[in-house]
Amino acid sequence: MSERLAYGGRLIDRTCEISFTFNGREMKGYAGDTLASGLLANNQVLVGRSFKYHRPRGIVASGPEEPNALMNLGKGSTFEPNARATTTEIFDGLTARSQNHWPSLEFDVGAVNAIMPLAFPAGFYYKTFISPRAAWKHLYEPFIRKTAGLGDAPDAATRDADRYEYFYAHTDVMVVGGGIAGLAAARAAARSGVRVLVMEQSAHWGGRAPVDGASVDGKTADKWVKEGIDELSRMPNVRLRLRMMGTGIYDHGFALGYERLSDHKGAAGTLRHRLWHIRAGRIITATGAIERPLSFAGNDVPGVMLASAVRDYAVNYGVGVGKRVVVATNNDDAYRTALLLKDAKVEVPCIIDARPDPKGTLPEKARAAGIRILAGKAVSTAYGSKRLTSVGVCAQDSDGRKTAEFECDALAMSGGWSPVVHLWSHCGGKLTWDADRAMFRPDHDDLPPSGADGIGLVLAAGTADGEMRTAAVLENAHAAGLRAAGVIAFSDGAGTAAAEAPYDGPSGTDAGEAPMLPVWQMPARLSKKAMLKTWLDYQNDVKVSDVRLAAREGFESVEHTKRYTTLGMATDQGKLSNINGIAILADSLGADIPDVGTTTFRPPYQPVSMGVIAGEAHGTIFKPMRRSPMHDWIDANGGFWEPVADWRRPYCFRQPGESVRDAVTREILSVRENVGLLDASTLGKIIVKGPDAGKFLDMLYTNMMSTLKVGHCRYGLMCSENGFLSDDGVVARLDKDTFLCHTTSGGSDRIHAWMEEWLQTEWWDWKVYTVNVTEQYAQIGIVGPNARRVLEKMGTHMDLSAEALPFMAFGNGKIGGIKARLYRISFSGELSYEAAVPANQAMAFWEKALEAGVGFGITPYGTEALHVMRAEKGFIMIGDETDGTVIPQDLGLNRMISKKKDDFLGKRAQERSFMKDPNRWKLVGLETMDPQEVIPDGAYAVDGHLRHNGVRNMIGRITSTYYSPTLKRSVALGLVERGPDRMGEIITFTNPGGQEIEAKIVDPVFLDKEGARQNV
Amino acid sequence: MLILRCPYCGICADETELTPGGEAHLTRFGPGSTDEDFEAYLFLRQNPKGVHIERWCHTCGCGKWFHAVRCTATLEIFGTYSAQNLRPPPDIIEAIKIRRPDWGGFHK
Repeated sequence: MSERLAYGGRLIDRTCEISFTFNGREMKGYAGDTLASGLLANNQVLVGRSFKYHRPRGIVASGPEEPNALMNLGKGSTFEPNARATTTEIFDGLTARSQNHWPSLEFDVGAVNAIMPLAFPAGFYYKTFISPRAAWKHLYEPFIRKTAGLGDAPDAATRDADRYEYFYAHTDVMVVGGGIAGLAAARAAARSGVRVLVMEQSAHWGGRAPVDGASVDGKTADKWVKEGIDELSRMPNVRLRLRMMGTGIYDHGFALGYERLSDHKGAAGTLRHRLWHIRAGRIITATGAIERPLSFAGNDVPGVMLASAVRDYAVNYGVGVGKRVVVATNNDDAYRTALLLKDAKVEVPCIIDARPDPKGTLPEKARAAGIRILAGKAVSTAYGSKRLTSVGVCAQDSDGRKTAEFECDALAMSGGWSPVVHLWSHCGGKLTWDADRAMFRPDHDDLPPSGADGIGLVLAAGTADGEMRTAAVLENAHAAGLRAAGVIAFSDGAGTAAAEAPYDGPSGTDAGEAPMLPVWQMPARLSKKAMLKTWLDYQNDVKVSDVRLAAREGFESVEHTKRYTTLGMATDQGKLSNINGIAILADSLGADIPDVGTTTFRPPYQPVSMGVIAGEAHGTIFKPMRRSPMHDWIDANGGFWEPVADWRRPYCFRQPGESVRDAVTREILSVRENVGLLDASTLGKIIVKGPDAGKFLDMLYTNMMSTLKVGHCRYGLMCSENGFLSDDGVVARLDKDTFLCHTTSGGSDRIHAWMEEWLQTEWWDWKVYTVNVTEQYAQIGIVGPNARRVLEKMGTHMDLSAEALPFMAFGNGKIGGIKARLYRISFSGELSYEAAVPANQAMAFWEKALEAGVGFGITPYGTEALHVMRAEKGFIMIGDETDGTVIPQDLGLNRMISKKKDDFLGKRAQERSFMKDPNRWKLVGLETMDPQEVIPDGAYAVDGHLRHNGVRNMIGRITSTYYSPTLKRSVALGLVERGPDRMGEIITFTNPGGQEIEAKIVDPVFLDKEGARQNV
Repeated sequence: MLILRCPYCGICADETELTPGGEAHLTRFGPGSTDEDFEAYLFLRQNPKGVHIERWCHTCGCGKWFHAVRCTATLEIFGTYSAQNLRPPPDIIEAIKIRRPDWGGFHK
């Protein structure tokens, strides 16, 4: 059993007891405990079930690399799934539930999967659930989804009670990792005066050194760390942060830090996580190393743990993970665990060492302490189901014949150490294989990740750089600190170089270690049967047999093997499993490990909360909204909103008890019969001014703008350099040098940027100035047969007669006492005016218009009525009739293409042969045979032929489709192959889920072809 | 996330303030040009591993377009200059040559 030891626990406070629950069971821990150490102190070794086989799983590690101990934490508004027990600090009232089992942790139905491991090999799902195709969606996937998955999804209706924020910081040197290497590097840099930011992911400074018994400058590591922190915290140029993880490193010294402010307090509704956006001159990664498991049969039985973790629980938390603990290793480091346990009066039956002749200081100490060492031996099998019961021993150089068996309830294993190179690699740092230490370490001969100045940006320090001895770790880290601060040059000569100075960094001593022996499976000739029970990736249930199978099936690339077997794809991202898996793949392929290489390291180093990614950007400030001056009035008067670019526009105005469709119908008929009021303020308005303004607009628009008379308007089309329609709108000439260009609602910023790009980068000698005045002016449409009467009733000295203010002219004056520019333009085919007024007087104008219009049946109308009426008139809408592949000629707008101009943007492109193809799809009107039937938007026209691939041949598609209350029938616009040449022809449209629809090709103008309604 | 110094306003701008504009110093081909020239102008771009001259706009700052010379492999920045140049200024050319002696030079 695992239990609290009589003494020990440098991180816990035995005077402060804390209560928490696990699966409803009340447990006691101490302040300073992690959830993992608290569970182990309560003899709770079984903490979860594995992903695929639902195997019983126990705590393996003591840090962020933990693959098994994932918990559902909290409830309601503080609920969070997949929290790691090893990085969760306990607090009074913490509730944890284990995951991935049904009906209970102790008894799981899904564990039947594990009885037939052969039935679930690598790629099982790919191979098995292929046919019939429909069964995947309706049968296989729902079943797999039900049995798979990790934690519970939070309740959809419950909102997170906590707050999250972004934080921006600048520093000269950023140090990730607060162990002795990080602190040595930080101190070296800080003493030169540069700004230093140090972050440590755990709640304590010092890292592994205090646990491993290293000494620094003749002091215990604990004492040296405390003095170092005291010194650093007194320096004004240094910032120190605990519980802050270096999440990712990006280009030019951008880095993210994930600070957990209140997780350990358990207080809901507080500022919980903070995402630091950091710009650092140089970044030092002093991220240490992670111990590797050994690959032997049964290495996933609860009670099998990393040797370093066993040591951590004893030294840091005063927890013994078992009564009898066997140690299995291929290196000297694990002997520290054996010696420590022996000191703590825990029985250590034997050390199983794969090396034939372990010598060196630590093995000698173990011998002297009376611990039995089995040299050249391996674990043949770890026995037990929910808890380890015994360990079989065989020769390492064998096929696994058991020669002895030891009863035990825990096994401490060590397969060597892998430097944490994730952050080094995020920005392109390369790795090199160190065969002696059996590890990938940062490669200093290749290009380092570089900053804007071309000098190395990321510096790995200490164990993260592959150094394993205390003295070398400190020397390496001290030099990294000096380099990052610009005190000494880089090894390739880059950066600042000062005179060679004698070493004044810290010195370290430790017990010393004899060489390790790379061991990738135990025993060396692991049997096929044993491979099926030898785990590489605990969380995703990937075994040695799976990787070997993948290699046999031709998955030679490590990236492909990863995706095929899911090795390293779990929430721990392979922190324990990757190197072991790569070694097995290399062995299966007969290749060297460095030739197989690693998979790509990508941020984040550890999962971060969804809340912190969102930060404060949720609810109303998720995305700023643009509001017209009439926004509040529209909202209060039945406005049924729809998003249009960053604006909101009313789709229609619903009266009490009215449906959306009824509202749209009422609005259309009111405009056609009486008069409507439209808020058109969202239209883009750009002033283009200067002696060359006309010349510039001639380049921008397909038609001629320079000949436009002052006081008049002209509709214009804009194309991209590739010839395709990009925007349209009315241009008004305000004076000789000044034009006002209207754009679509979504196009104002884009078109303004487009104008600036050409003016700044191509025609920078042209005298033109542009300014976007979209929000300075509101625009209000008064539309319908009574429009003129309403304006006259509002009161104006302007002559609104057809002779004085004809179609496509504008005038300036006061209307209802408000200064306005009145355009006589129409998007509905009716007599129509648009008044541009200063935005701050728009609401007054709007109310005066409504008041004046009472006797004329004035009706505010929304975007849907606008759309239906323009479709009735066959007017195109950018984004409906156009999609980035449509040229004006496709829309029958040839009259809009000037033949007099030598050049305009898109002209050359429209001369290409494909653009002149007579078979292009062109704009037509479409009338359904049944007038009440409306063709679905986007429906395709088919001609009854099949293409070579069996797909029906498409000859057109619907671009706009509505029911017209004016015409009491459906109307549609569409692009049809040679459409204008096929007037009167009846063609067929697809209708997913319904009967196909037949429609007649007609002229796209359905209403008032002569324009009698607007020319009054 | 890159940092580029805007040559107009002098700000060291984060990439989030900037809009990329692709390869710089293109020659526009309009009506009357050959299909080959027009295709090259519209579609064909260099994609070097190494020195690249590119357009950026300080969209969320002063709104000006400028040019930057950047190593696409290491992200080293050799300099930025006004977009109203037909070729990189001599001091930028010099800066590139010092850091990349085997650079082929600017040809247009």
